[in-house]
Amino acid sequence: MARKISYQQAINEALAQEMRRDTSVFIMGEDVAGGAGAPGENDAWGGVLGVTKGLYDQFPGRVLDTPLSEIGYVGAAVGAATCGVRPVCELMFVNFAGCCLDQILNQAAKFRYMFGGKASTPRVIRTMVGAGLRAAAQHSQMLTSLWTHIPGLKVVCPSSPYDAKGLLIQAIRDNDPVIFCEHKLLYGMQGEVPEELYTIPFGEANFLRDGKDVTLVSYGRMVNTAMTRRAAWPGAVSIARSSTCAPPARWTRTAFSKAWRRPGAWWS
Amino acid sequence: MSTPLTHDQLLHAYQVMRTIRAFEERLHVEFATGEIPGFVHLYAGEEASAAGVMAHLGDDDCIASNHRGHGHCIAKGVDVYGMMAEIYGKKTGVCQGKGGSMHIADFEKGMLGANGIVGAGAPLVVGAALAARLKGTDSVAVVFFGDGGSNEGAVFEAMNMASVWNLPCLFIAENNGYAEATASNWSVACDHIADRAAGFGMPGVTVDGFDFFAVHEAAGAAIERARAGEGPSLIEVKLTRYYGHFEGDAQTYRAPDEVKHFREHQDCLMQFRERTTRAGLLSAEQLDQVDREVELLIDNAVRKAKSDPKPAAADLLTDVYVSYP
Repeated sequence: MARKISYQQAINEALAQEMRRDTSVFIMGEDVAGGAGAPGENDAWGGVLGVTKGLYDQFPGRVLDTPLSEIGYVGAAVGAATCGVRPVCELMFVNFAGCCLDQILNQAAKFRYMFGGKASTPRVIRTMVGAGLRAAAQHSQMLTSLWTHIPGLKVVCPSSPYDAKGLLIQAIRDNDPVIFCEHKLLYGMQGEVPEELYTIPFGEANFLRDGKDVTLVSYGRMVNTAMTRRAAWPGAVSIARSSTCAPPARWTRTAFSKAWRRPGAWWS
Repeated sequence: MSTPLTHDQLLHAYQVMRTIRAFEERLHVEFATGEIPGFVHLYAGEEASAAGVMAHLGDDDCIASNHRGHGHCIAKGVDVYGMMAEIYGKKTGVCQGKGGSMHIADFEKGMLGANGIVGAGAPLVVGAALAARLKGTDSVAVVFFGDGGSNEGAVFEAMNMASVWNLPCLFIAENNGYAEATASNWSVACDHIADRAAGFGMPGVTVDGFDFFAVHEAAGAAIERARAGEGPSLIEVKLTRYYGHFEGDAQTYRAPDEVKHFREHQDCLMQFRERTTRAGLLSAEQLDQVDREVELLIDNAVRKAKSDPKPAAADLLTDVYVSYP
């Protein structure tokens, strides 16, 4: 049986193991270490909620704090990725995407297409999404529907620690720009996670539970909410979990064709 | 201290500038026929800037450009026929006809793309310079933006970051006096764009963009600084564009004989020819020969581009991603 670690620890482990395997991978973002230029400790924070703690000392020169410049460092991640390295940049709260949307929407997501297939932009943006911490309007959005409607972007929403590690490693290895959405209420969630490196393919969807009357399809934190609520209707509710919001087309037809044949199926 | 240019380097510089000028003047004529899709933004008049900077760069150095990018692409060594075919939206274009004038790119030549979003190239070259550092090379990364672009937050953030990280970048502000229809002496709050450099912890100079040698010298010093690990610089190149913001722009915001004055009294190709022939470094016959060869190059490029096939309908859906699940 695999040991249990938290969603947050699974992300940290994915980063550490993949950075060890591939020296072109590096991390950048605001306070991903913390303490740059300050008289106290380096790695003072390891990210605002401590997700990247400990990586600064393990990987000298590859965990880069940035100034408060979303356009600057998200754009730098795009440029660096196009030049042959693999940045994992952190957008502290997904809401801050308003500051740097051009570099995501018009630059990273469009290079492959508008340069005739000659560019590859293997940049991952890790970002905190979702409500529930009473952080108010500007720190609580999901925006996954916005990302999903941008052609050229891949959108990943892990719903468990196992998902988080496997999908993040997949995201880092993928040669397309990826937005990796970490729900802030899931960081403490415990789950079984293999110790070795592994990947979960994008576009995968699977049924977690079977029922005869209705199917709930979801991603991210809502998978867990659906699983909890299911107890009120034993035998009636199927739960399907999707690992990615985009690209959706091919897996939607195959993975969920079973769902459509069931009576009363609906989407969450 | 810069070293004198060799005979071959001088001839190459003239060839680059003449190629840009001929390419753009021809596009001005051809665009009016309605055969070229989309928009074009011509670089004619600004040639000394691209030629003077690119003379110091190799294929391993990267540049990012803007919507007025044809000159930067040609000076960086992107294939002229491939560019023309791309502008005509043909399958044989450098981006397979899917980018057009504003998205010409050639990564093998270190050309990270003309860019339709003003100012967007600045953070990209910070990233390119960061990649060079992480890979342990001595490559530099250069971004070209205009006086309008110099007011974009992306440029401010990139300049600050380049200094904080001491990256091998060069920021070139091509101040042609107009951001679309708005004069830069109105929209830029300080006297010179170069004055902003001090605010971002880097040296800044203003140079005469009609003078190839002035640009060449300033760029050489800045690039040497960057390669030596001494960090980024800003160069403001003051020049003019002979045509409108886009082809079709009536330019009623300009004074009546403004462009005529620049063409007759300050043109960069005219100045280059006068100085090099007067100094006995190049002969008029050599320069005339270059002129003829360039005309032939452009003629062939246009002829082939016109008859080349367009992309197929199925190409509309390819290369949205590298990999599909």
